[in-house]
Amino acid sequence: MASITLDNLGKVYPGGTRAVGDVNMQIADGEFIVLVGPSGCGKSTLLRMVAGLESITEGEVRIGDRVVNKVEPADRDIAMVFQNYALYPHMSVRQNLAYGLKNRGTSKAEITRRVDEAAEILQIGQFLDRKPRALSGGQRQRVAMGRAIVREPAAFLFDEPLSNLDAKLRVAMRLEIKELQRRLRTTSLYVTHDQLEAMTLADRLVVLNGGQVEQIGTPLEVYRNPASTFVAGFIGSPAMNLIPSRAVPHLPGSAHAGIIGIRPEDLAVDPDGPIEMQVRAVEELGAQRLVHGHTNGADLTITLGSHADLHDTLRLSAQREALHRFDEKTGKRLA
Amino acid sequence: MKRTIFSNQLLPWLLLAPQLAITFIFFLWPAGQAIKQSFLREDAFGINSSFVGLANFTALLDSPEYLNSLKVTAVFAISVTVVSMGVALLLAVAVDRMLKSSRTYTTLLVWPYAVAPAVAGILWWFIFNPTVGVMPYVLEVIGYDWNHISSKTDAMILVVIASAWKQISYNFLFFVAGLQAIPASMREAAAIDGAGPVRRFFDITFPLLSPTTFFLLVVNIVYSMFETFAVIDATTEGGPAQATNIMVYKVYFDGFIGQNLGSSAAQSVILMLIVISLTVIQFRWVEKKVEY
Amino acid sequence: MIENRPGLSALAHLVLILGVVVVALPVWVAFVASTHGPTDFMSGTVPMWPGPHLVENYAKMLDTGLSTSGTPPVGWMMFNSLVMALSIALGKIAISILSAFAIVYFRFPLRGLAFWCIFVTLMLPVEVRIVPTFQVVAGLGLLNSYAGLSIPLIASATATFLFRQVFLTMPDELVEAARIDGAGPMKFFRDILLPLSRTNMAALFVILFIYGWNQYLWPLLVTTSSDYYTIVAGIKRMADVVDGLPQWHLVMATAVLAMLPPVAVVIFMQKLFVKGLVETEK
Repeated sequence: MASITLDNLGKVYPGGTRAVGDVNMQIADGEFIVLVGPSGCGKSTLLRMVAGLESITEGEVRIGDRVVNKVEPADRDIAMVFQNYALYPHMSVRQNLAYGLKNRGTSKAEITRRVDEAAEILQIGQFLDRKPRALSGGQRQRVAMGRAIVREPAAFLFDEPLSNLDAKLRVAMRLEIKELQRRLRTTSLYVTHDQLEAMTLADRLVVLNGGQVEQIGTPLEVYRNPASTFVAGFIGSPAMNLIPSRAVPHLPGSAHAGIIGIRPEDLAVDPDGPIEMQVRAVEELGAQRLVHGHTNGADLTITLGSHADLHDTLRLSAQREALHRFDEKTGKRLA
Repeated sequence: MKRTIFSNQLLPWLLLAPQLAITFIFFLWPAGQAIKQSFLREDAFGINSSFVGLANFTALLDSPEYLNSLKVTAVFAISVTVVSMGVALLLAVAVDRMLKSSRTYTTLLVWPYAVAPAVAGILWWFIFNPTVGVMPYVLEVIGYDWNHISSKTDAMILVVIASAWKQISYNFLFFVAGLQAIPASMREAAAIDGAGPVRRFFDITFPLLSPTTFFLLVVNIVYSMFETFAVIDATTEGGPAQATNIMVYKVYFDGFIGQNLGSSAAQSVILMLIVISLTVIQFRWVEKKVEY
Repeated sequence: MIENRPGLSALAHLVLILGVVVVALPVWVAFVASTHGPTDFMSGTVPMWPGPHLVENYAKMLDTGLSTSGTPPVGWMMFNSLVMALSIALGKIAISILSAFAIVYFRFPLRGLAFWCIFVTLMLPVEVRIVPTFQVVAGLGLLNSYAGLSIPLIASATATFLFRQVFLTMPDELVEAARIDGAGPMKFFRDILLPLSRTNMAALFVILFIYGWNQYLWPLLVTTSSDYYTIVAGIKRMADVVDGLPQWHLVMATAVLAMLPPVAVVIFMQKLFVKGLVETEK
C-alpha cells in the first residue's frame, strides 16, 4: 500500500505534440481516484506514465517515497487491468493469475494460496483450468482483476476496464469493483470516459481536458461546484445548461456574468418565473421527462416529473444558489 | 454462399472451360500417366511395356541411391526451413521494435523474394567458388579449406544457404504481420507481471506466434522440397557423389536425362503423395487458425 | 514503448543492419564482378569495389550475348522472359477470375466437381509430373513456342481461390441491385465485379509476374531452340563451361539483368506486393 504523488507531470512526444501537461496531485494511501475526460484528453497516457508503459518527459511520479520515473513497470509494485483484459490466451486462468508471481520467484505454495484466495473473492474458482477464450466477457473481466489482486500490489491501475462489457454487466461490475476496493483498501487509479462511472466509483475525480487538469475533487464537489464550463458540461446527465447571461436578463445576478449555468433539475415550472421557454421537443423517460426548448435563442433543457402539464411555452424559475457563473472568455468559474 | 445467383446453366461451363481444359490436359492427364507409368516397365528399346505391379516402387525402396536421396531431401528441407525461419524471426522481432525505421528496413529486406531460385544459386555458387569466390578466401584465413566441388558437406551447406537466403524475405513478412497482430497490451501486461524482454518473448510472443510459425513451417518445407530444383540444377546438379541429389532433382534426372521412365514415374507418385499430405495439413490449419 | 533500454534498441539495429548486409551481399558481389574485365579474375579473388567495365559488359551482353555458350543475346532472352511472364500473369488472372465468377455466382450440376478439379492442381506442381507433361506438350507440337512456355502454367487454384474469396465478401445486395436494374450476368461481371476487383488483380499481377519471370524447370524442358531461351533458364548455360573458367564478369552481368525486372517490381510496388503475397495465402 502506498500513496502516489504526481509532481508537475507532463509528456511531450518526440514530434513535439503535447499529450499531458503540468499535472500535480497527491493520492492518499487507499484512495480511489478516477481520471475522467473525453477521448484524447490524455487520461490513458497519464495512467500509462504511472504504470511505466509510457516514458515521462517532465516532472516526476512517486510511489510511496520512491521516484519511479526510470523504474521498470515490473518494479513499480503496481498491477494493471487493461481495457481488452490482455489475458494470455495460451495459458489457463490459473496460469494467468500465477504468471506475475512466478516471475517474481514466489514459492509454489504461496502462489497456490494466493490464486485460490483471489479465485474465491472473485468467484472464478470453477474456471481456473479453462483457457480465457472459453470464458464470457464478465468472467474474463474478473480474471483480469484477479491477476491484479494476487500480486497484492501497492496500487491498482484500471484502464477503462468496463468499456468492453454490455450496459447491464457494466453496472454490476462497477459495483463489484467498488466493493472490492473498499475491502482491500488498495490505492487505485481508474481511467474512464464515462462520467457516471466516474461519479459512482471515485473518492476523488480528476477531470482532464486537452492534457490539462480542469478540476480535482470529490464527486459531489465537482458536481456542485464545477470549476469551468467544460467540467459543468461534462459531469452530470443530462448536461448542465450553459446560457449567455444576456439570454436570461431577469435572473438574479445574471447582469455581471458572461455565462450562466443551470442544471436541468434545478429549473422549475413557475407561472411567475423570469425565464420564458419555447418548447421544441419532449423525451419521455418514464419516471421523468426531458423537455428541450430555447429562450431568447439559447438552448435549454429541463427535467420534469411525468405528471407535469406541458404547454408550448413554459415559464421557469431557479433558486439563486443553483446558479453557476462562468467567465465568457476563459470558461472559468466566477466566485 | 450467395443468396442471389444467376440462373444460366450453360454460361458457367463456358466460363470454366479454359481453366478446366488446361487443368485436364496439363495436370490431370499427365498425373494419370505418371501413375499408370509407375506400374509399367519398358523394355530396353522403349517399344513394349509390361505391367509389373509394385515392382518399380519396391525397386526404389531397395535402391541405396533413392534412400540416400530421401535422406538428403530430409536434411536439406529441415536445414533450409530452420535457417530461413530462424533468421527471418530474428529480423522480424528486431523490426517490430522499430517505429520510424521499420519501413526502410522492410524494403531493404524483402526484395530477395523476387530473385529467381536459379539466379540465387548462381550468385552463391560464384561467392563460394573455390578459385575466384570471396567466401573461400575469407574461410581460408580462419583455416577452413572450402571446396563444394569435392566436399559433400560443403556442397550441402552451399545449396542450403542459397535456398534459405531467398526464402528469408517471405518468412520475414509473415512473421512481421504475425507480430503486429499480437496486441501491445499483451506484452505490457507481461512487463507489469515482471517478465523481462527475453522471458516475454519465450512466454508470450512466441506461443502467440505459433499459428504463423506453423503455417510457415509447411510453406517452407514445400518450398525446399519442390521449388529448389533450380537452385540444385544451377549449382551442384545433385553432386558431388549424390550429396545434394534431392528427390525432385532425381525425378528429373532419372526420367529426363536417364530415360528410366518406370522408376521416374514411381518417384513422381511418391512425391505426389507427399505434396497431397502437406496440402491437407496446410488446409486443416487454415480452418483452425482462428484459435486465438 | 515498454522500456527505454537503449541497449536493446541498439542490438535490434545491429541485427537488422547485419541482416540487410547478408541479404545484399551476393547481389553486391555480383554487381561488382559485372563491372570488371575478364583478366581481373585471374589474380584469384574478386575485387570488392566496382571496376570500369560496367557499360562495356552490359552493352555486350544485351547486344550480342555469350555466343560460345550457345545462348542468344541477353536482350533477346529478356524479351522472351517478358513475354512468358506477362502471358502467365495475365492468363492466370483472366481464366481464374472467370472460373471464380462461375463458381460463386451460379449453381449448376457438378459444380463441386469442377471446384475440386481446380483445387487438385495445387497438389500437382510441375516437378512431380515432369516427363508425362513434357510428352503432352511435345505431342501438341508446343515445344519451342511462347504458347508452350506459358499455357501449361496458367491454370491456377490459388488465383481462383483468391477471386472466389473476394467475390464472397462482396455484398449480396450488389447482384440484387444489378438484377433489378436489368443487368445480365456478363454485364454484372464487366460493370461491377471487374472494377471492384481492380486492386486485387493488381496485387495478384505483381506476384504472378515474379512467378512467371522466375520459371526455370519448365522453360528448360520445353525450349531446345535458343530462340526461345528465357534469361533465368539461359543463365545456367552460360555458367556451364566444359573446359576453362566461365566468363564470370559476363555471367554476373546477366544475373543482375535477370534480377532487375522482378526486384524493381517488388521495390516500387511494395504495397501491392505485400497485399498479393498475404492474400494468396489466405
